[in-house]
Amino acid sequence: MSSSSARTLRTLSRENAFYFFTSVGNYTGHRAMSMEEFANKIRKVQTNSLEFHLYRGDFEKWADEVLEDNILTERIGAVKLLKPIGNAIRDQLDFTVTKRLEELKNQTS
Amino acid sequence: MRLKNQEVALDTLDWQILQAIQQNSKQTYSKVGRQLGVAHSTVYDRIRKMEKSGIIKKWTVDIDLEKIGINHITARMTVYTDPKESERVAKILSEAKEVLEVSMSLSEELLIIVKAVARDQEELHSFIAKKVAPLQGVLRIRTSIVTKRIKEERFLIDST
Repeated sequence: MSSSSARTLRTLSRENAFYFFTSVGNYTGHRAMSMEEFANKIRKVQTNSLEFHLYRGDFEKWADEVLEDNILTERIGAVKLLKPIGNAIRDQLDFTVTKRLEELKNQTS
Repeated sequence: MRLKNQEVALDTLDWQILQAIQQNSKQTYSKVGRQLGVAHSTVYDRIRKMEKSGIIKKWTVDIDLEKIGINHITARMTVYTDPKESERVAKILSEAKEVLEVSMSLSEELLIIVKAVARDQEELHSFIAKKVAPLQGVLRIRTSIVTKRIKEERFLIDST
């Protein structure tokens, strides 16, 4: 099992979880305490929340600083460059995060 | 001024003194005494008693921060909580330096209403995302940033 993959897939503390907002100070009540939960939440939260965080760079920052996954950070950055809007954000993030999640799971098995 | 159960009973003069100093807390005891037709020592004694009993909580000053170059934003947050955790959440919020006021309201759901300040929107968001949303029992948060203040006064006593 790769220790870096296991670290990225670990369950996080409440302080390190990702909290989904729709705008400054408006918390949706959705949070992700692991990368797997993050992938699930991407399919559930409002698209305006995904848009808010994608273009502020919050997803990249969290992938880099908390999950410590450079590859995911770069891939989310690439999604941002495509400037998707609405459901296209959900679809592209879902594809990106789910694919990376599978790669990491394969590395640990 | 006398204690009645746990409440403090004030006489007419106490009420009049409170009204006078609430309108202008900088005026001298002599001036208040002259207005009310009593000696300045009487005003002093009454004020001392009201300080000791906690009726007068503190003497403070209201500074216009923008005029001295301290830019900040004010936000009103409504924090929806699990009722079992609301007292604890409210207490933690009360201790945060960014928070000026904390109130609780029981309408359809249990809400904590918070007045908070920050240097800018980014600092406000960081405070809410890192210190408020992660608190156990917080279900969701609605925040409004104040863009224009039309009136801000304290409740004024009417002694008549």
